[in-house]
Amino acid sequence: MRKLLLLVIVMITGVVFASRLFYLQVYDTSFEKLSENNAIKIEYDYPQRGYIYDRDGELLVSNQPSYDVMVIPRNVKPLDTLEFCKLLKISKEEFKRKLEKARIWSPRLPSPLYPQLTKAEYASLSEKMYKFEGFYIQKRSLREYQVSHSANVLGFIREVDERIIKDNPDYIMGELIGKQGVEQAYEDELRGTKGVKYIQKDRFNREIGSYKDGAFDTIPERGKDIQLTIDATLQKYGEELFANKRGGIVAIEPATGEILALVTAPNFDPGLLVGRERSANFTKLYYDTIAKPLFDRGLQGEYSPGSPFKTLTALIAMEEGVMNTTEKVYCNHGYVYGRGQKLGCHSHFSPLAMIDGIAQSCNAYFCTAYRRIIEKYPTPQEGIDNWKSHLNSFGLGDYMGYDLPSGKKGLIPNSDFYNRWYNYPKYKWYATATISNAIGQGEVNLTPMQMANFTAAIANRGYWYRPHVIKSIEGQKTIPEEYTVKNVTTIAPEHFEPVVQGMFDVYNKGTASSLRVPDIEICGKTGTAENYVRIDGKAVQLTDHSTFVAFAPKDNPKIAIAVFVENGYWGSRYAGKIASLLIEKYIKGEITRTDLEKFVLEGSLMNEYEKPYTGKPFPINDGKKISAKFLAENNTK
Amino acid sequence: MSQSKVYLKFDWLTIFLFFALVGIGWINIYSASLDETATAFFDLSNVYSKQLMFIGLSVLLIIFILAIDSKFYERFSSVIYIISLVSLLGLFVFGKEISGATSWYSFGPFGLQPSEFAKAATALALAKYCSDMQTNIGEFKHQIRAFIIIALPAIFIIPQPDPGSALVYAAFIFPLYREGLHFVYLLLGFFAAALFVGTLAFGVIWVSLGVIAIGALIFAYNAKRNRKRPPIIRYSIIAAACIGFAFSVNYIFENVFEQRHRDRFNIVLGKETDSQGIGYNTNQSEIAIGSGGWTGKGWTQGTQTKGNFVPEQHTDYIFSTVGEEWGFVGSLVVIILFVALIIRIIYLAERQKNQFSRVYGYSVGAILFLHFFVNVGMVTGLFPTVGIPLPFFSYGGSGLWGFTILLFIFVRLDGGNYYYT
Repeated sequence: MRKLLLLVIVMITGVVFASRLFYLQVYDTSFEKLSENNAIKIEYDYPQRGYIYDRDGELLVSNQPSYDVMVIPRNVKPLDTLEFCKLLKISKEEFKRKLEKARIWSPRLPSPLYPQLTKAEYASLSEKMYKFEGFYIQKRSLREYQVSHSANVLGFIREVDERIIKDNPDYIMGELIGKQGVEQAYEDELRGTKGVKYIQKDRFNREIGSYKDGAFDTIPERGKDIQLTIDATLQKYGEELFANKRGGIVAIEPATGEILALVTAPNFDPGLLVGRERSANFTKLYYDTIAKPLFDRGLQGEYSPGSPFKTLTALIAMEEGVMNTTEKVYCNHGYVYGRGQKLGCHSHFSPLAMIDGIAQSCNAYFCTAYRRIIEKYPTPQEGIDNWKSHLNSFGLGDYMGYDLPSGKKGLIPNSDFYNRWYNYPKYKWYATATISNAIGQGEVNLTPMQMANFTAAIANRGYWYRPHVIKSIEGQKTIPEEYTVKNVTTIAPEHFEPVVQGMFDVYNKGTASSLRVPDIEICGKTGTAENYVRIDGKAVQLTDHSTFVAFAPKDNPKIAIAVFVENGYWGSRYAGKIASLLIEKYIKGEITRTDLEKFVLEGSLMNEYEKPYTGKPFPINDGKKISAKFLAENNTK
Repeated sequence: MSQSKVYLKFDWLTIFLFFALVGIGWINIYSASLDETATAFFDLSNVYSKQLMFIGLSVLLIIFILAIDSKFYERFSSVIYIISLVSLLGLFVFGKEISGATSWYSFGPFGLQPSEFAKAATALALAKYCSDMQTNIGEFKHQIRAFIIIALPAIFIIPQPDPGSALVYAAFIFPLYREGLHFVYLLLGFFAAALFVGTLAFGVIWVSLGVIAIGALIFAYNAKRNRKRPPIIRYSIIAAACIGFAFSVNYIFENVFEQRHRDRFNIVLGKETDSQGIGYNTNQSEIAIGSGGWTGKGWTQGTQTKGNFVPEQHTDYIFSTVGEEWGFVGSLVVIILFVALIIRIIYLAERQKNQFSRVYGYSVGAILFLHFFVNVGMVTGLFPTVGIPLPFFSYGGSGLWGFTILLFIFVRLDGGNYYYT
């Protein structure tokens, strides 16, 4: 025992030390990171962000230098606070608060104290900077917008926050990241690669030279320039036409799927989201919950498509063999589908066949067609699902996979949807229960982007390319493959000609005959969509939305367009006019119908948008009808 | 037998371990003190150049020690001990103050630290006393004398002030135990330490309650088992002594200790976590070691070492350089070398037929172990910051020579044993 005691203690000590070392060195890896923070200073050299051009090479977005006052709280020495605050034009309290915030985030890492100085502020500050130890000026580049439109397409850049850093460890505090639009979608290309310099420090935080002789240092690599498919002229014109109106435009080149214009209204000047006012301006835009300027109506707005949807009903009916181009359908101011159940229609000649049915937008014709589509199958469930699969082949009812980060799926209901709705199998449902789908009302919802896409597919007589805004990326020969794959619809090509002819007649003798453009063969379809909002928990009908889809020219189409105007009365009143002006502008480059242009530019729907907020009953649809439900509710109170 | 064959009988494993540790130590001192602006490799203003010179001189010292007749050490042990005590006392008159401690004699650019040599002298004196025919360490009278031999140098060292070096003398409890000291002393020492740490960690009140509770449990257990009532007065006295000790620890800690000592204990006990101020040393040392990973950052590539983040890294904290630059593998090798050396010394000591050599050998093993235990414990954050060097590793002439003398007298004694008896 006496001989063993010390031996045993020595051995136990050896084992304890070995375990402790294993814990420190192998098990607990947090020390490794601490050491790097401690001994090595990392300096970054930020590259210029890539420029953004439009399809004709017009510069949309470039850069401007910006200077951030950065602070490393640990290195701050007593300073003349008063002078420093004067130079920065901030109060002493604010300075103290910001310094404390930086200290809490990390005493050792740089934090932005006062971001984005102007050039003048930088000039006056930089020569006095030597007086203030622990502070330095970091140069970055900010966006400079050459245009005041397209904010929704371009997106913006913002400082990363803690949440972003957690998900993307590549970013550090004070760095900028693209948000929304192409800035977000092409962040990796536009960002470039920051240069890194590792500097060895001693315990007094003095720099004692380059770490490992710069073996790990890298030089910055400039971000890549990108060219968009957007036509700046068309985009700008589209936004101008939408003055004092709300809605969206999507214009696509059918042959390629390139997005020519993507307008949402109201929009804002992208320059608002640059510099020190960015945060305040963003907050203002964000909290405008009535006009919703940050809501991209072209991509995110889900609306009843209305009559343009009838073209799809016609196509499916022909493909399913339940309708042909010669059969005529009677219409007596509507379609009767049950005892006392009638879906109304406006006055037009009767009976009519397919091409006239489209041109006159006859509800009875398309209800007949739709019912046959569904009832072709033994059960309405199978009928609906078959109908849906045709529509899906047009890219409807799902995200379309375009290269912008926001969007909605829209809704093409399937059998499960109605089974749940009607509590099947306890209660049965039939084609007539979903009859409103025939004319683009009912449960069907589409985004303007989806409307433009099916229009493009019709223009192409049966295929479409995935819409995209990227035309080219600097240093790359091709754009991503998914945008060059031809998507073929389930409808045979020969069925498209009658529908195209019908849409052509819409302009020649149908609902848009007043909107003809000399020398251009336009095919289109008007739409007037009923809509309701919820006020105090009650559904209230508002003035109808005005929708319009068109493509031109009829042969070898160059542009397919969908226009949507919120509460724009009826299809040809606003949406149709805007579409025809844009088509003329794009194809001819000039506007011949200046009266029409003047009407649209000066037309305002602002009073329509204010109606639901007045708290009083209001007339809708040009005063012919009072918002009855609302009236009734008010009277009972 | 011819004199020329003596060298063959030295324990070459011990000598190999010694040189391995000194060599690895120097490599790390080189890295820890490397100044990239220095041009000449050998320049006596460099820490690593000086250490190289010290190592060279220690080789001369080894030859000298091994050349002397082994009987010399036994015969002159008292003289050596007295010279050593005088040199410690002389510090109060002639000593030079370096960083707050008067532990040095100054000879031009170099200094000598007598406390480093006093360990070997005390070991010799203790060995001599224990091996005396008259001495029986089991007797109280002799225990007192042995304690005085050990305590005298420690008492002289404490007021320098150098409590770390004085702490080393606690190591002598191991050779005494080996020679027949009652186990109770070790237990007492252990309980005193436990009470000490317990008082600091949990406070006087809880420790007192704990003592009373444990005492009551033991009392109840004995009362039930023996049927006879156990002597309640004896229990009360022991409990009172423990509580009294806890109170005195509290008093000493609050009134006798300086703030820096209190801080060191508080950090290890987890009561304070100021990593920038008082806990800086330990924290930086842990960061350096922890950042080494499995295999380390490579020689002279340690970022913590290069940035001089760990204070005193070439002396007391040299092990953190090993940890950072050689990683877990390198640190483990050093740990194994130390454990192997100490075990080898204990094994050799047990082998001695002569009691003097055995006691001396045991003292050497115990002193090296205590240094190793306290130093590595401190550097890895397991033990409070106590400024004592890592034997053979830490920079310093006096330290290196002190350990060289301590070890090689034993190598000589061990080698001579076969030849002369």
